[in-house]
Amino acid sequence: MADARAARNRYRLLISKVMDLHGSMMIVLLCIAGIGFAMLYSVSSGDFGKLAGRQMIVFAIGFTCMVTIALVHVRWWWKLSYAIYGVGLVMLMAVEIIGDIGGGAQRWLDLGFVRLQPSEIMKIGLVMALARYYHGLTLDEVKNLKTLIKPALLIGLPSVLVLRQPDLGTMLLIAAGGATLLFVAGVPRKVFLVGAVVGVLGAVAGFYQLHDYQRDRVFTFLDPDSDPLGTGYHIQQSKIALGSGGVSGKGFMQGTQSHLDFLPEKQTDFIFTALAEEFGFVGGVTLVTLYAVLIGYGFLIALSARNHFARLMAVGVTTTFFLYVFINIAMVMGLIPVVGVPLPLVSFGGSAMMTLLIGMGLLMNVYVHRNVVLSRQGTVPLGRQGTVL
Amino acid sequence: MDIKGERYRKLSRRAVILGGAQALGLLTLVGRMVHLQIINADQYKLLAEENRVDLRLISPLRGRILDRHGREIANNQLNYRVSVIPEQAGDFKATLAQLSGIIPLPPQKLEAVLRQAARSRRFLPVTVSDNLTWEEFARVNSIAPELPGVQSDAGRSRFYPYPAEFAHLAGYVGQITDKDLEELPDDPLYMLPEFRIGKRGLEHYHDKALRGVPGLRRVEVNALGREVRELTRDDGTPGQDLVTSIDADLQRFTMQRLADQSAAVVVMNVQSGEVVTLASAPGFDPNDFNFGIKTDAWKALLKDERKPLMNKTVQGQYPPGSTFKPIVAMAALEAGLISPQDTVFCPGSMRFGSRTFHCWKRGGHGTVNMVSAQEQSCDVYFYELARRMDVDTIADMANRFGLGHRHGIEIDQERDGLVPTRAWKKTRKRDRKWHDGETLSVSIGQGYMLATPLQLAVMASRIANGGYAVTPTLVKSKAKPGRAADNFPPVGVAPEVLKVAQDGMIAVMEGGHGTAGRARIRDWPRGLAGKTGTSQVRAITAAMRAGGVPKNESRPWQERDNALFIAWGPIDNPAYAIAIIVEHGGGGSAVAAPIARDIMREAFIRDPCGLTGGRPMLAEAALQELHLDGHDHHDHDHDEDGHG
Repeated sequence: MADARAARNRYRLLISKVMDLHGSMMIVLLCIAGIGFAMLYSVSSGDFGKLAGRQMIVFAIGFTCMVTIALVHVRWWWKLSYAIYGVGLVMLMAVEIIGDIGGGAQRWLDLGFVRLQPSEIMKIGLVMALARYYHGLTLDEVKNLKTLIKPALLIGLPSVLVLRQPDLGTMLLIAAGGATLLFVAGVPRKVFLVGAVVGVLGAVAGFYQLHDYQRDRVFTFLDPDSDPLGTGYHIQQSKIALGSGGVSGKGFMQGTQSHLDFLPEKQTDFIFTALAEEFGFVGGVTLVTLYAVLIGYGFLIALSARNHFARLMAVGVTTTFFLYVFINIAMVMGLIPVVGVPLPLVSFGGSAMMTLLIGMGLLMNVYVHRNVVLSRQGTVPLGRQGTVL
Repeated sequence: MDIKGERYRKLSRRAVILGGAQALGLLTLVGRMVHLQIINADQYKLLAEENRVDLRLISPLRGRILDRHGREIANNQLNYRVSVIPEQAGDFKATLAQLSGIIPLPPQKLEAVLRQAARSRRFLPVTVSDNLTWEEFARVNSIAPELPGVQSDAGRSRFYPYPAEFAHLAGYVGQITDKDLEELPDDPLYMLPEFRIGKRGLEHYHDKALRGVPGLRRVEVNALGREVRELTRDDGTPGQDLVTSIDADLQRFTMQRLADQSAAVVVMNVQSGEVVTLASAPGFDPNDFNFGIKTDAWKALLKDERKPLMNKTVQGQYPPGSTFKPIVAMAALEAGLISPQDTVFCPGSMRFGSRTFHCWKRGGHGTVNMVSAQEQSCDVYFYELARRMDVDTIADMANRFGLGHRHGIEIDQERDGLVPTRAWKKTRKRDRKWHDGETLSVSIGQGYMLATPLQLAVMASRIANGGYAVTPTLVKSKAKPGRAADNFPPVGVAPEVLKVAQDGMIAVMEGGHGTAGRARIRDWPRGLAGKTGTSQVRAITAAMRAGGVPKNESRPWQERDNALFIAWGPIDNPAYAIAIIVEHGGGGSAVAAPIARDIMREAFIRDPCGLTGGRPMLAEAALQELHLDGHDHHDHDHDEDGHG
């Protein structure tokens, strides 16, 4: 009897949670992904199966993961946060070691049945680990600089490992994501001022450690016209594509720059350019607005949550999402140097899509569990510690 | 827990800051979009269009060079080519190896092809072999389906059907060089690899008109330059055909008649100035230059002492020798220094100052007058005129008859020749004073005198047509129909003055004692009036003369006399004039006149300009009679010696 009632309760709970999923956020997500499918269809010149179809499959899997993650009780994510971070870190090291043996940069870890990109796991893992760490601290403790040592290590270790791959874009995403989490957690402003100075000095010093191609990218960014057929070529062509799109664009599948191969990486990093060429300013602003709505939801969700872990995780995920959007679009428009960051939910590629949808899952999880109270030790006062839901 | 506690308030504040920063970031992106897509959109649209659209030239067909009847002197022939697209071939080297089994591909050429392939895009065809024969082309075609990436096609390239006969006239085309690019105004055609520029002759002089206007294809290309589709197409304008005044058959006849002599012949219409034959021998094959002449062939042309590359008709400057005498006679008569009937006794030489000027006839001609002096080409008579005359008086007459300056004929390399004057001599660096003895040399067309065969033909024409300043042309459409009197200004000599030149030249052929009596056209009575000339290449010194002047034949070729002859006719209806020089050929009467006779007879019969009626005037029977009669004539067959 009791079992049956418990099962019925669980079922009711599940239904109520499903009903509570953020519907309008999901619609926005679907819109963004839909734009992505359309653009992938366009850049593959109408070959549906080549890019768009495959992307849809990945999206469907990712979307399922997202919903699943959203429904699992937030306490479990609190519990698993360090573990996820740990797994990410170990895998990053594994990549490093294999890369050393194999002789050459490597970003993938081939597990036989699936190829994983550990840096993607790390993006989520770091946000979760930092959220959990600061969840356990009072504001006074946060203000104590001693408590910065652990977060610095949490951010520093994966950053160094990712930078050695070398993957400057991901490293920036990880470091910047971590830093914003520290910021909203209440770390004193002077720390960020000092950090900024150290960061600039570090960047200058690091510049000399960069690979030639990375250094070229920086130079090219500073003077894109200096080498129009070399590294500056891509950015120049991207700007031409964007600009020539004008207000209303050249029309769907009519982009000359993308279809005549003037645009590099048009299905991945430069897909925003393809969109803005074919749909013009209107198309570009529409997509940016959709992203803005999603980011706005992220902040609202964070502020609506009743536990600190969830708030921090929501801000962290949202900021990571923002950074993807900003770095990618700013890059293709020539505002920042070329770094390999895809456009969230639009660029072709499974890894980033999965990471972002998992992140969205966590964000939705926060929304669904916004009323859950979690003690600093991770206990839930109102019971149900044992169930996943 | 502190749901509304310190940590939350802090987080809220900072989240607002962070959210604001992110909103600002996204606004920046929108601002950048405004900048790129609205403010600068036009500029980028232009750049995108430049990216997308490539302009490709279509080479126009080069205009043909035709003779006056429309026969082709230069045309465009199919040029069979084989090319390979490396991208489609897969193994490019293996494909080349297979091709070398069916068409000649020397290792040197193979290397060049590989080098070119390394330079160009893999989807662009690389020309492997040009100018294949039909059999080679057919063999490639039969095997091409089995070799991916092998293309055989037929382009158009310049071809000269009668290469040697028209080599100097047509000239040749060749690939454009850096030097050409420097000197010429820009033309997009230069970018085409198959473009050929006129290098010499009519090809060079009329290059602009022959070239045509290139067509233009606007094609959409991708980033690699591969053509995606054609947007618009304009086929351009083919080059204009050049219709020359030349009679191709007469020119070919002339070249055959000249055989392997080093010679030049100009035949022109004395009324219109149309040049119907402009022949320089020996010829060469201008087709060799189209695809780049081979070094040894080029060296052989340069080394040949007969100078095959030189267009001797306009570029060759020779002492006119005795062909100049009619001018001197007219000058003296006009100046009133002598009357036609006045006689001079020729003892075989004349003492002038400290020097002795010899007549070509050692024993002398005895008593001669103005006409008989020309008939027998007596040098002493003209020395006597020169003794009484100033060189400038001779020069004035020479200039009026077309010597000493260019005529602007529509071909390259035309030279001025030289008619010496006192003023001219003052411009020289050394020996600037005119010596009277030099006038004696000029009077027999030696000394400083130089004329091109074209100028001599013009001179003969002006004597023939009644003293009108006809100018030569090679372009049929430029010639005006009608008599010279209708279209050209008079040269300004009185009819009785001109008459002595005409009579002198008639006497040379018809007078019975003329130096070219044997060169009369047997089946065309009163066909030709002419004047022989033999000009020295080397001065004969007193010492040589003392030891006996060596016979022409015993001297080395380069030191032998130039044989000249000018003529016009028919006498009663002047139509054509000829000037011929046979370099180092010997005597004008023995060598040059017979060739000229044959050519002129051919000209009369073919009658390209419709002036003579074109039919031999004597029937076979009458010809026989005349032939027998011909033996009675005392024809002169001497070497005339000019004296320098």
